[in-house]
Amino acid sequence: MSGGGSTSPGAGTHEAPRSASAALRDLQRILPPGSLLTEPIDLIPYSFDGTAALQSRPLAVVLAESTGDVASVIRWARENATPVSTRGSGTGLAGGSVPSAGGLVLCLSRLNRILEVDRPNLCLLAEAGVTTQQIAQTAEAAGLFYPPDPGSMKISTIGGNVANNSGGLRGLKYGVTRDYVMGLEVVLPDGDTVWLGSKCVKDVAGLSLKDLFIGSEGILGVITKVLLKLVPRPASKGSVLATFGSLAEAAEAVSRIIARPVIPCTLEFLDKVTIRAVEDYARVGLPLDAEAVLFMESDGHPAQVREECESMKSIALECRATGVREAHSPAEALDLATARRTAFSALARIRPTTILEDVTVPRDRLAALVTRISAIAAAHNVLVGIFGHFGDGNVHPTFLTDERDAAEMERVHRAIEETIRATLDLGGTITGEHGVGLAKKSFLPMQLGASEMRLLASVKSALDPAGLLNPGKILDLP
Amino acid sequence: MDYSILQQCMHCGMCLPTCPTYDHTKLERNSPRGRIALMRAVADGAFEMNYAFAGEMSFCLGCLACETACPAGVRYADLFESARADIEQAGLLAQPERTFWRWITLRTLFTHPRLLRWTGLGLRWWQQSGLQDLFRSAGLVRFLPATLRDLEPLAPEVRTAFSDALIPPVLPPQNAPQRFRVALLTGCMQDLILSEVNRDTAGVLAENGCEVVTPALQPCCGSIHAHNGEPALAMQQARRLIDLFDPAGFDAIISNAGGCGSHLKKFSHLLADDPRYAERARAWDSKVKDIHEWLVEIDFRKPTAAGTPTPCRATYHDSCHLCHGQKITSQPRTILRAIPGLELVELPEANWCCGSAGVYNITQPEMASRLKDRKCAHIEQTNCDLVATANPGCHLQLEAGLDSPQSPFVIHPVSLLAAAYRNENP
Repeated sequence: MSGGGSTSPGAGTHEAPRSASAALRDLQRILPPGSLLTEPIDLIPYSFDGTAALQSRPLAVVLAESTGDVASVIRWARENATPVSTRGSGTGLAGGSVPSAGGLVLCLSRLNRILEVDRPNLCLLAEAGVTTQQIAQTAEAAGLFYPPDPGSMKISTIGGNVANNSGGLRGLKYGVTRDYVMGLEVVLPDGDTVWLGSKCVKDVAGLSLKDLFIGSEGILGVITKVLLKLVPRPASKGSVLATFGSLAEAAEAVSRIIARPVIPCTLEFLDKVTIRAVEDYARVGLPLDAEAVLFMESDGHPAQVREECESMKSIALECRATGVREAHSPAEALDLATARRTAFSALARIRPTTILEDVTVPRDRLAALVTRISAIAAAHNVLVGIFGHFGDGNVHPTFLTDERDAAEMERVHRAIEETIRATLDLGGTITGEHGVGLAKKSFLPMQLGASEMRLLASVKSALDPAGLLNPGKILDLP
Repeated sequence: MDYSILQQCMHCGMCLPTCPTYDHTKLERNSPRGRIALMRAVADGAFEMNYAFAGEMSFCLGCLACETACPAGVRYADLFESARADIEQAGLLAQPERTFWRWITLRTLFTHPRLLRWTGLGLRWWQQSGLQDLFRSAGLVRFLPATLRDLEPLAPEVRTAFSDALIPPVLPPQNAPQRFRVALLTGCMQDLILSEVNRDTAGVLAENGCEVVTPALQPCCGSIHAHNGEPALAMQQARRLIDLFDPAGFDAIISNAGGCGSHLKKFSHLLADDPRYAERARAWDSKVKDIHEWLVEIDFRKPTAAGTPTPCRATYHDSCHLCHGQKITSQPRTILRAIPGLELVELPEANWCCGSAGVYNITQPEMASRLKDRKCAHIEQTNCDLVATANPGCHLQLEAGLDSPQSPFVIHPVSLLAAAYRNENP
């Protein structure tokens, strides 16, 4: 895995030192019964997240049931100098919630209550372990809308979404998780619990500290509650599927749609490899002979939706689309969007190890990036499936390989490194929405440079001087 | 254990929200992803199979909801069956009482159909002679060993006539010219306690131009063996079935039980390494059809009369091995919708396991009963008169849970269709 050299595989069954087992007994005493796991059979399933080829067996797992439990665990970790990696459902795609060596896993999946739906103020307060899907459904039941929809939304937790500043299919029109966070409850590395933000639409009291924790990947604090902004539900929606004979033509259509300017709510791209894998699973009628498809959605006032769909269709045809069709029903549109969300997992049908990248470029550079990725994969003789949120310039080239084939893995790593360099050359970023974690850590200095890396390190040290929270993720401290 | 299948799991977590055991405990080890990680750790030599591992594999329902959810196409059923077989081989759960019951059931009753029927006859005599009532009212149940005591109330009511008394060995097409020749599998449980479903299946097939061949005595399909760690016995039963029904002689081989059908369609996989049977097993797989699948495929005749005396509301519970194992979801609904006077109401969580799961309600009564209550609460909320389902395990589980006089009546979809056909010529 790219940059994953710093994990230590769980050595497993060796006896923990006496002091560690005594410390765990102390931890047991301060937690509710049944919330501390220490047996190998319980730990093995917590030694990975959704990232390929990264694993590390934790010392123990705590299933917190309250903010109080979280604070107790953090204080215990300080006293016992034990690293803590927080996780929800473990669907991360950069290794951010893979346990730090010798550390504790703090799992928040049982913190799963929706605490308040504040209809007059258009907001919702939830515990960190509530799934994104539950948030979306609760908003919908109140006649409102929570737009961020990461691919794993059926199971990903809102705490994890905030900690990774997750995006999704609707990013280009509605923004990402950050744009919906009004407040956070955070347990700090010293065990203190703070509330940051408020229900006020305008609030400039002090620094915007909540923003520091959004996308912090568990290295600065543990997010335990989230106050989310909700928006009105769009009155209608239209979905268009356009088929292309080449990647570049599809990318060109995206650039022209944005330049028009039309901002659809979804503008997704799948290449031939991905189309076949997704269709094999979802059977939604994707064209198997196409080199690329664009899945485009517009939402809002019916007249605006109609006009935007017509624009997108005519631009697609200008860019030599070989076929353009509209979804006939909301059910068909939902099937297409759901199928698209499975793209990454469906690619595992082709080869056992799927290494997913998350590069993002300014939207007028998309065609250039996709063309270069194809050339890089061909040059290194590796298989790549390309899909992504083209509307916001976020591409997921997924290298399909087998981690047991060392020679091929070596070629894959070289292809990934060249993809990253190509992205940076085009003014892009190494990660649009998955985060740095372990998987992209070695590439981060290439993008940020020495000064920004120093600033990053000084923020981490200021909040977590002992380096207890998720050490080794995003950056290594000297 | 097939390592390439283990490797197919890229631990994305898409299976988690569909897993009933994970949903209850929120513990990764109780999830498909967690169980696969444990199996992989065993295969990698990082973890040794132990009693707790065996317990975890028993805690899994084998409902296969994770297979439907898995975009990566992991064949969880294969992993799960081979893990259970490895556990039995290693004797991790062996203890005298368990070994005895496995010998009685898996090795004796479910491999000797005649003996199973005799047992059914004995149980029927026990139930009808009044001895069962006497035994219960005298409080003698408490003298039974604990396992039997818990199971006694679950003992299903044995039918007065088994399939062989209700269906002739060859039933010609009724009211229709012959279009197909099909074989009908009568199953084990279905034969003893729901034989009328077999009769209705044969009747419905005949009404649709099928000549129906139903041998009086049929071997068990072996799904109970495959699911419970006895692959050699499962293979033996598969060979016996293939010997009895030459696939070349039929247009289709019909199963009406979701659990059996799911297993019956995988004989080619089971017998892949048997040179004498591998080819016939492939032919067999291509001929096995679930009754609903077959009826829709041959464009069944829509009945003109109602299936029930008065108009009714019905809901449908998906058997796991029909919807997840065989991916058959629309066909039973199509059949129900075709019945005049029947309004089909969609059941919330229709494809969530009811907890029956083969012998799960015996081996894991607590979780099974939790799932039964969840399922029956949803069914009650639909305010339906009927709940249709197409698997004997689910059928009994729902009957056990829907026990008030106002509760919906449990019935196989095909029985409703058969009733509608019968009512056309009163």
